[in-house]
Amino acid sequence: MTIYLSVPPLPPDVNPWIAAAMIASVVLTSTAGEVLTAAAMKSIGDLDLIRARSGLRGAIRTVLTCPLFFAGVFFLALAFFALLFALNHLSLSLVGPAAASLTLVTNAIAGKIFLKENVDRRRWAAALLVCAGVYLPAH
Amino acid sequence: MAAMPPITLAHPGALVAAVFTPWIVLGIALLLGFFASYLTALSWADLTFVLPATAIGYVFIALLSRFWLHEVISLERWAGIALITVGVGVVSQGPSRTEHAVRSEEESAVQEVNTR
Repeated sequence: MTIYLSVPPLPPDVNPWIAAAMIASVVLTSTAGEVLTAAAMKSIGDLDLIRARSGLRGAIRTVLTCPLFFAGVFFLALAFFALLFALNHLSLSLVGPAAASLTLVTNAIAGKIFLKENVDRRRWAAALLVCAGVYLPAH
Repeated sequence: MAAMPPITLAHPGALVAAVFTPWIVLGIALLLGFFASYLTALSWADLTFVLPATAIGYVFIALLSRFWLHEVISLERWAGIALITVGVGVVSQGPSRTEHAVRSEEESAVQEVNTR
């Protein structure tokens, strides 16, 4: 984490540990939100099929009556406010790439552990390539 | 957000008030459209497939800023775009979903027979 914070965009009056805590809270809340939302959508099943069977309203109703979905949205909303809070104190060029690239890695780990997804070499390669691609221009 | 005065944890209400700024309202409307599409994708594909695949958005942002806003794109940024494009290509070559059910084994067996 400290490697990321040694880059110039960190304002001189901000403690690197506080900045790290702000970015970590964005990453952790968004990972929790993504995993819970993905679990909700997996439990619901193919939305295209549900829409074909019971229309757009039926599909919306199915999603809005899933408690797991709201748990996911709660954490995603928390992540959104954590991001707004972090952007208010740190620059976008620091928070954006750091949060986006770290979230890809934490999601790959969380997807494997909690969603039992088959995170094979291909998926790891993709997550790390995108992670590097998002982070590289920040330097 | 950077245009606003600093918000501290002592006044969390300021964060809520920021939500009603016109630019943030427009951003939220567009995010809703994104979220509906994203949820649909998650309903038939793995999170670890959808997340890297949606990163193609970063490439579109860079290309739009280059050819529409005529921004200068640094060499590092082009390299980043190339890495993301390769990453999206890599993940899209694999299966979009992990199958757990017993039925899926039959399906993959059928698929195997069909590909022979």
